Amino acid sequence: MTRGEDGAREGEGRLIGRSVPRREDPRLLTGRGRFVDDIALPGTLHAQFVRSTVAHGEITAIDLSAVRAVPGVIAAFTAEDLAAGDIVAQLDRPPQEFVPTAMPVLARDRVRYVGEPVAIVVARDAYAAEDGVEAARVRYVVRPPVTSEAAALADDAPLVHAEAARNTLVDVELFATDGIDEVFATADRVVRVEARTGRQNALPLETRGAVAHWDDREEQLVLHTCTQVPHQVRTVASRCLHLAERAVRVVVPDMGGGFGLKCVVGREEIATAAAALRLRRPVKWIEDRKDALSASFLAREQHYDVRAAFDANGRILALDADVVCDMGAYSCYPFTAGIEPLMAAAEMPGVYTVPAYRVRGRAVATNKAPSAPYRGVSRPQYVMVMERLFERAARELDLDPVEIRRRNLITSFPYTGVNGITYDPGSYRESLDLCERTLRAEGWYEKRRTARAEGRHLGIGYACFSERTGYGSAAFAQRRMAVVPGFDLSEARMDPSGAVTVTTGTMSHGQSHETTLAQIVADELGLDIDKVRLHQGDTDRIAYGWGTFASRSAAIGGSAVRLAAGRLGDKLRALAAARWDVPVDRTALGRGEVFRRDDPDTAIGYVELAELAYLRADLLPKDIEPGLTATASFDVFNDGTFSNATHGTVVELAPDTGRVEILRYVCVEDCGVAINPQVVEGQCRGGIAQGIAGALFERVTYDAQGEPSATSFMDYKVPTAHEIPDVAIHHLQTPCAFTETGAKGAGEGGTIGAPAAVLNAVNDALRPTGVELDDTPITPETVHRALHRRHYQESTR
Amino acid sequence: MTTHPRPPDAADADALALQAPELQLMVLDVNGERHEVITEPRRTLVDVLRHELRLTGTHVGCEHGICGACTVLVDDRPVRACLMFAAQAEGARIRTVESLSAGSCGRPDELGDLQRAFRERHALQCGFCTPGFLMLAEGFLAERPDADREQIREVVAANLCRCTGYQPIVEAIEQCAAARRAARSDVRKEK
Repeated sequence: MTRGEDGAREGEGRLIGRSVPRREDPRLLTGRGRFVDDIALPGTLHAQFVRSTVAHGEITAIDLSAVRAVPGVIAAFTAEDLAAGDIVAQLDRPPQEFVPTAMPVLARDRVRYVGEPVAIVVARDAYAAEDGVEAARVRYVVRPPVTSEAAALADDAPLVHAEAARNTLVDVELFATDGIDEVFATADRVVRVEARTGRQNALPLETRGAVAHWDDREEQLVLHTCTQVPHQVRTVASRCLHLAERAVRVVVPDMGGGFGLKCVVGREEIATAAAALRLRRPVKWIEDRKDALSASFLAREQHYDVRAAFDANGRILALDADVVCDMGAYSCYPFTAGIEPLMAAAEMPGVYTVPAYRVRGRAVATNKAPSAPYRGVSRPQYVMVMERLFERAARELDLDPVEIRRRNLITSFPYTGVNGITYDPGSYRESLDLCERTLRAEGWYEKRRTARAEGRHLGIGYACFSERTGYGSAAFAQRRMAVVPGFDLSEARMDPSGAVTVTTGTMSHGQSHETTLAQIVADELGLDIDKVRLHQGDTDRIAYGWGTFASRSAAIGGSAVRLAAGRLGDKLRALAAARWDVPVDRTALGRGEVFRRDDPDTAIGYVELAELAYLRADLLPKDIEPGLTATASFDVFNDGTFSNATHGTVVELAPDTGRVEILRYVCVEDCGVAINPQVVEGQCRGGIAQGIAGALFERVTYDAQGEPSATSFMDYKVPTAHEIPDVAIHHLQTPCAFTETGAKGAGEGGTIGAPAAVLNAVNDALRPTGVELDDTPITPETVHRALHRRHYQESTR
Repeated sequence: MTTHPRPPDAADADALALQAPELQLMVLDVNGERHEVITEPRRTLVDVLRHELRLTGTHVGCEHGICGACTVLVDDRPVRACLMFAAQAEGARIRTVESLSAGSCGRPDELGDLQRAFRERHALQCGFCTPGFLMLAEGFLAERPDADREQIREVVAANLCRCTGYQPIVEAIEQCAAARRAARSDVRKEK
């Protein structure tokens, strides 16, 4: 019998597939959530960091004597004082492909970006800590900074890390299909896209933070911090602070978003812990917005130079890509600076049947705050480039942009691509068809025609894409990471009252796991969801877990949770079977009871069984152990599962101001079985908003000295309800065959598709002008300048 | 050799060292309760609410008045509590998110109508910006109970949310406003 039908007795509604109201909401709506800055341990001290004011230089002197004299300051430490080990992220690749670099917890002799932490000041309150920071005196020998990927790769470029020649941290050449040059030489049409994408901040509204203290009784460092990856923080903290992993407990409270920025280990939380160890008092650090914007982790600054060969019918024949990612000053743990180029290189062909492929992917170091994964990781960028290539080819071959996609989409599954990846079934073609049908039915094509006749700039754009989710150990091992994420663990425990606690190694930071994973458990056990409680974010509660990133939690964490609940169910059935003296397979679960299949009216409630298991162990048969706990692990041993979607959008741009207004946005998504459709829609809408932010608004900029120029929300434009449109969402469901629930991941898709759809729509709107834009963000200024330049060229022709 | 472009002057640091911060007694009216607080006059309203009164429902997102996570009502009007010193709020009626639900226990059955609408519309994910949006909406609807969707969207644009894409927040406030209008007209009919 298949699992899941176990729990379904007649008349019993399944929760998977229903928009169950969120368990998280009541406390968050009443101000009773507990975020890291809400934690107030008695005697807590407050930390802030003295940060580098230069982008590149040697530290010649750090004088903290005036800091220590500031009223309220308790201590101030340099790297030398803390003696913490460095954070080192490694790839198992040869030296010509990967150069390992170390990120010290506090800068020792060298600073590599403005904002790099140089010393930690600990004071009685947060205001005094800032007073202390003001009093620090640090002297530098300033070196010329490297502020762009082009400058980083120049022959005479200053070196950010002495060990990395030409500032190149990662350099891989992959696939190089035999005869690819011949294909380009003989193709009917070759189109090229060169694009640069702006550096962005993932920008969780809650900045980073930590509260650390030493617990004498448990002989443990307890580190409360808002991280997506609690066990990874534990591993790094134990290594940097020379403690056994057992002696570190990472506890994660409610989190105000993460989006990838919090799925790497930051130096500040380790330094905060080190200070707490030194002082044997609780120390709290809460990052301010200026530091969050300029000195945390950034992402997405990439340069693509890509050619695609097409036949006369618009079929793609080959793809040749050169991708350079500006990864800032350091490799992030555990992914390394390879996170962006390796993702782009491996996955660029995406949803299309590309017969020949060659790619070079590079990560270069610059004197900017380091990069970390950000929702979508390279996919928003390479999807944008791929979709631009198809649009350009369609234009040159005089084909409809939707039709050229149709001719190239993967339609037969499983499909093994030129990149060696096997794609599980999806609805690539169906999602495109539905998206186009929707925009046509709504009359947008007529509206575009009318607008053009009136001289207005209205454009329609699409993006077809997939999102690999459920990366298991096998998929991460292909990247040759020195630590290989992938599996997850779960423990399900029933207490003597019949209530269940399920522990997961994933870490929700807005994704609603307390609801969705509980839905899975409730269905598996045939139990009221109110009797299921999810426990996450405590490294003492589960042996290991890889946390929440790469849209892995529903697919992998959800599967582990289901398996653990299933094993707990098996124990309940074994108890009941022993009571009835029947084989276990004659029993089933449902409505909070074990019942007999041959006689469904004969049943024993979970409460009775739980009391037996704990309180009357004397009555248990010899082969049944007391207690009701079960653990399970889940991993994916293939290439993972691919969610997919098509986005379609309509924009109008105002040529006089360059402003782009989004008039309509339609998303047709397929993430397999949607455990909670409302939650899936929330992920889509939020993701799309972030994708639009990247397409039209946000860019982290630096001046020639490497000084960040967007250090407040006055300079870094985060879109509001003014700029983000309503989004219509249509669901398709192609269940995943190898996750326990049929679910695929849904966390990143919105962000991946939106930039390409918006960029294509803007270019469609610009079509009558002859202007094409490939770089993002497309700000009013870039539109205005491009139009102005065009106008100037025409008027002087 | 180049050095730090702006080394703080040693004399300034010494001067700073001599000045221990002065303290001030403040009396604040928060959610109908009177609180006496002895603290530094430089402390912002949000810091005093959060760290002195332990009303941690009000959040800090930017400390420069843009994101609106710290929005509270001061004499019924939405205010950025990060841009105001606590001392400036003496004598005013301050309301925080903790005042919105009937029982203040965070139980689903005790949520106020605005909170329920946010839950029904999935207008929150991580929940960090949520108290700011709730207080913004509470203040706005009290003043403009007949606001239409576009006016609501305009007001929602005052704050930042990174999770929801805003649409569900607009819908939740619209739904709450409509329900309140319907309830009012029922009352009128009964009269």
